[in-house]
Amino acid sequence: MSRLPKLLVLAALGGLSLTAFSLPASAQQAASSSATAHPKKLGLGRVALPEEIKAWDTDVRPDGLGLPVGKGTVKEGDALFQERCASCHGEFGEGAGRWPVLAGGQGSLKADRPDKTIGSFWPDLSTVFDYIRRAMPFGNAQSLTDDEAYALTAYLLSLNDIVKDENFELNNKNFTSIKMPNASAFYDDDREVAEKQFWEKDPCMKDCRDAPKVVGRAMAIDVTPDSKEGPKVE
Amino acid sequence: MSDKASADILNRRRFLSIAGLAGAGAAMSSLPAVAEGAKPDPLITEVQDWERYLGDGVDKRPYGMPSKFEKNVIRRDVSWLTASPESSVNFTPLHALDGIITPSGLCFERHHGGVAEINPDDHRLMINGLVERPLVFTMDDIRRMPRVNKIHFLECAANSGMEWRGAQLNGCQFTHGMVHNVMYTGVRLRTLLDEAGLKPNVKWLMLEGADSAGMNRSLPIEKALDDVLIAFAMNGEALRPEQGYPLRAVIPGWEGNLWVKWLRRIEAGDKPWATREETSKYTDLLADGRSRKHTFIMDAKSVVTNPSPQAPLKYKGRNVLSGFAWSGRGTVKRVDVTIDGGRNWQTARIDGPVLDKSLVRFYVDLDWDGREMMIQSRAMDSTGYVQPTKAELRKVRGVNSIYHNNGIQTWLVHKSGETENVEIA
Repeated sequence: MSRLPKLLVLAALGGLSLTAFSLPASAQQAASSSATAHPKKLGLGRVALPEEIKAWDTDVRPDGLGLPVGKGTVKEGDALFQERCASCHGEFGEGAGRWPVLAGGQGSLKADRPDKTIGSFWPDLSTVFDYIRRAMPFGNAQSLTDDEAYALTAYLLSLNDIVKDENFELNNKNFTSIKMPNASAFYDDDREVAEKQFWEKDPCMKDCRDAPKVVGRAMAIDVTPDSKEGPKVE
Repeated sequence: MSDKASADILNRRRFLSIAGLAGAGAAMSSLPAVAEGAKPDPLITEVQDWERYLGDGVDKRPYGMPSKFEKNVIRRDVSWLTASPESSVNFTPLHALDGIITPSGLCFERHHGGVAEINPDDHRLMINGLVERPLVFTMDDIRRMPRVNKIHFLECAANSGMEWRGAQLNGCQFTHGMVHNVMYTGVRLRTLLDEAGLKPNVKWLMLEGADSAGMNRSLPIEKALDDVLIAFAMNGEALRPEQGYPLRAVIPGWEGNLWVKWLRRIEAGDKPWATREETSKYTDLLADGRSRKHTFIMDAKSVVTNPSPQAPLKYKGRNVLSGFAWSGRGTVKRVDVTIDGGRNWQTARIDGPVLDKSLVRFYVDLDWDGREMMIQSRAMDSTGYVQPTKAELRKVRGVNSIYHNNGIQTWLVHKSGETENVEIA
């Protein structure tokens, strides 16, 4: 069952004998001591092999860390998209039925009904590539090659007018030079400053407001599942 | 204790019990008189089947289920919310629960690629990236590490999200049911990181699931080393498959999306990853067109679960008003309740454990004279944060931020006892 090299087994056993002789309390201390204090290791687990890390560590960061060597053109991406993606996302990323819309909506973020797509909303191109390779097509994840992921990403750039040429090739060299339209519109959580009025010493308890009026009713909208009966349970 | 002192205490006890009896007498005299020509109750005067015949033996139910009379106490979904049931959510029946622990089978579900069914023998957890030694753990390895037990709420960032523009769903199960509260058993994330040895420049971790969505999120190292758990049990037994069996992350007080289920990998790095779930999703679009990111903490929140649209009032007079309150910033310090739409408030009674980043249960023992009521609850946490109204939130954020709606909920209780979800102004 175990495919561990002998050396590792010995190392692990060494760790085991160390912890076996130490008191439970010291194990607790090791678990709760700070990361900088060189805690005593429990000696559990084994070293991950390079092939194993390569198989699982496929994530790509905005600065390009993790990009595999590869390439794909808008044109290649178009063909792939029609075959593998359009049944849910529509020929031009407009979304079929209730499936997500992938293109359009630029300039709509202040509108009453914003249209949040890759082109109008997503800050980083790396997310497109990473997510496609990780989770798409829905129901057949991790079935795309690196080159296919580059091609599909290129096609999505063209659908969103971020690149104009159908012969444009996206590759690991030019990837980080692409800037997304909404890249600068995100900022870190600032609730403790922007909403500091919600920290109140003494919230009002008596005669706090005028008589309230009902201005909206869920029952008027009537979209709640019928909650009188649960589904039939045999 | 001196003899005199104990005699005093005895006397006082006797007095209290007499006072108690007097009280009981007073209550008896206020009971309704027996009506003229009242018929005896056949449930009492006739022998019932369950009083006569044998019931099931102990071998009938190796894993017990609730009574058939509780068949409506179930998770519900709202089919129009999402494009597919595999990337969707259902809701905890809060209106039918009490105390603070959510039964495992009723804990709401949120998946992005359906429920991964994993044999625990086949599960692996990898730690890689900026570490001294990249490691692989089996479930047995993790079960040999020092364990901790913690009770925490998990609230979906989108809980109450359908209510940003106004009252939309009629029932606290649907407006507030993307929350559950259970006891987790597991190991500190810090224990696992210590085994691998973090390099000094580590600022962020990435957690990744083994499901078909490859769910992944970036987690700041300060939080990771503070109170994050990697759990394999909930409420005393193995995690349910839909809650991440065999292994999940527990990120106390933070939005549910970070609590990666079916956890297979932790990567250490010096920057966040900007994954799909922290860019396209779980970012909060404000009125000026810009968006907040990394809005991790779930702010103080509460809801009255009884009465509520699915649990109307049935009687005048004595009633128990009850609900949950919680905060991702610490403990719940106080819950106030109003029955007149926020004009006047009274402080509710919190009963049961008050724990860090956990639900608390509150009660108001209420005499209802049959008038129309507008019921709200307002939580305050240990940092002094007071749960805002929806109007106050909308003033800061507009109506398109989707997530983090912790605004005060209003239930309109009609004279009939029927209760509905309303907005008031």
